[in-house]
Amino acid sequence: MAKNLFDKVWDLHKVTTLETGQDQLFIGLHLIHEVTSPQAFQMLRERQLKVLHPERTFATVDHIVPTADQQRPFQDKLAEEMIQALERNTRDWGIQFFDLNTDYQGIVHIIGPELGLTQPGMTIACGDSHTSTHGAFGSIGIGVGTSQIRDILATQCLAMSRPKVRKIEVTGNLQPGVYAKDIILRIIADLGVNGGLGYAYEYAGETIHRLSMEERMTMCNMSIEGGARVGYVSPDQITYDYLKGRQYVPTGQAFDRALEYWKSIASTPDSTYDDVFHLDANTLEPMVTWGINPGQAMGISRQTPLLSEMPPQLREVAEKAYIHMGFSEGDRVQGKKIDVAFLGSCTNARISDLREAARIAEGKKVHPDVSAFVVPGSKQVAKQAEAEGLPAIFEEAGFQWRGAGCSMCLAMNPDKLEGRQLCASSSNRNFVGRQGSPTGRTILMSPAMVTAAAIAGEVVDVREFAAQPANA
Amino acid sequence: MNTEKTKIDRISGTGIVVRGNDIDTDQIIPARFMKVVTFDGLGEYAFYDVRYDESRNKKDHPFNDPKYAGASVLVVNSNFGCGSSREHAPQALAKSGIRAVVGESFAEIFAGNCTAMGVPTIALGPEKIQEIMKKIEDDPSLQIALDLPAGVLTVGSEEYSFTLPPAYRNALMAGTWDSTSVLLSNLDAIEKTAGSLPYVSNFS
Repeated sequence: MAKNLFDKVWDLHKVTTLETGQDQLFIGLHLIHEVTSPQAFQMLRERQLKVLHPERTFATVDHIVPTADQQRPFQDKLAEEMIQALERNTRDWGIQFFDLNTDYQGIVHIIGPELGLTQPGMTIACGDSHTSTHGAFGSIGIGVGTSQIRDILATQCLAMSRPKVRKIEVTGNLQPGVYAKDIILRIIADLGVNGGLGYAYEYAGETIHRLSMEERMTMCNMSIEGGARVGYVSPDQITYDYLKGRQYVPTGQAFDRALEYWKSIASTPDSTYDDVFHLDANTLEPMVTWGINPGQAMGISRQTPLLSEMPPQLREVAEKAYIHMGFSEGDRVQGKKIDVAFLGSCTNARISDLREAARIAEGKKVHPDVSAFVVPGSKQVAKQAEAEGLPAIFEEAGFQWRGAGCSMCLAMNPDKLEGRQLCASSSNRNFVGRQGSPTGRTILMSPAMVTAAAIAGEVVDVREFAAQPANA
Repeated sequence: MNTEKTKIDRISGTGIVVRGNDIDTDQIIPARFMKVVTFDGLGEYAFYDVRYDESRNKKDHPFNDPKYAGASVLVVNSNFGCGSSREHAPQALAKSGIRAVVGESFAEIFAGNCTAMGVPTIALGPEKIQEIMKKIEDDPSLQIALDLPAGVLTVGSEEYSFTLPPAYRNALMAGTWDSTSVLLSNLDAIEKTAGSLPYVSNFS
């Protein structure tokens, strides 16, 4: 009966058990952004509270920043007001802010890891549901709401009920053209969008431990889309190698002590779990969504499900999905003409995503009916991409190359779908209206699949596409 | 410091039914309405894109239906509030007059946000939810009463017993749902825990 990583880290951070039965959990790293924090700071002021540990909170700006023109003041007055509120709050409370004037601004879940702020064995909270991303490092990443941001600012703690832990063991080899995004979409399709309610997910098995850190982040990022608030991978040599030398990672003997701690919280072969789910990676193919939630996904070669063959509880949402998407049962997603291709978001806008996309785009042209754009996840990702000549490849192919931000993942900025446009998107949510148009439509897929769709003008199977010669 | 505690043990009023599984927080409040620095005024944007078409004409939606005007108990199906962590979603509902949500199941961050705001989320089985939905749709003036200490929801003359997770129920009833002061009262223990974590001192 050995403890798994989740239980070890939770126990180390548990301050006490509250009268409510919840645990009071110490939060080691708190990340904030402009959308969910201003009301929390306002609540502190109203209650005459202070920020208990300003050195444990870091801020950036991502949701509302325009990606085409990042000059201040922003043209959108509401967006300008929000960034000013964050500037004021971080200045007033002495919180480090990686704003647009620094080299480190970007999507909050991308900059934490690249700065080395995100480390194994930490509890990490942020007012954003994709905080589960940080679990890729063997930390507990918890998405919270604004009242809980207030709690963390004032007390460096959260009141939370301890979830159960489900091990998701993935074995086998990914075929060429199949990526981490496809694994997680398969898991969500299999377990359901509410399958993870009450659970933390540990992604384990040989396939997962062969993934790079960036691929693990893609997996953990979408845990919440399966209902699991927390998702993580136990740390290994790939984790430690990624961290060494990063800005906030200790050096010298302190690094050795860090390594000792990180290894001590890892899950072990005899760790126990409340539940185990197994997935065979050998048979996975590129995944696409056909509906209006991330669980409505299937392999690219498949046909959309027949309503009569679906469990009754899934039928109503499937009917809604077919109406919204304009698809029918037994339909194929392969071959659907797209209007927009979006390569970005905290799920898939890291350097390895862009490298893979550029490899596919090189020497080809975006289809004339498609508006395609690439939004790097952070300034550091953009800088690295520039050093490798990727923007030139994208622009030559007809993709727009943008500045870092959340962009069209949630359209709180000028990047939005219009009308019923159909978008091939590397983001995480295909909810109705998510990409800025109430009638807009989203198909989630890997960055490689988005790139291939942009060039073909329709949803294609990247495995077949990559084999074709360049269309000059 | 404000230490005012508001105990929430009984909620009564009329109901409103929003049917559908997996209703996400982007539906409850579209992101474009979150470009605000306060929660005031969010009420008018609750369910905006399903309430209005692109020319701002009203669509057929319970939140537009005058028969539900003034309702304080929202009844929903399963996995309500999935997706984004935005507290703007329950805030928009609360600012529309909703004081409790009853449904088959709730997304965790949504339920946590509701609790942190003092809005109970009550889970009941699918058959009971169907029954309650039908009763309210048939007679929107039906009185609904939520008794947290007794764990009983009364809809008209029918009683439904429920079990709220003890953490939530105790917090609401004790008035400690606003957790800041409770957490802060353990300051010594907070610093003790922090001191025991090697990364807090950067492994020095």
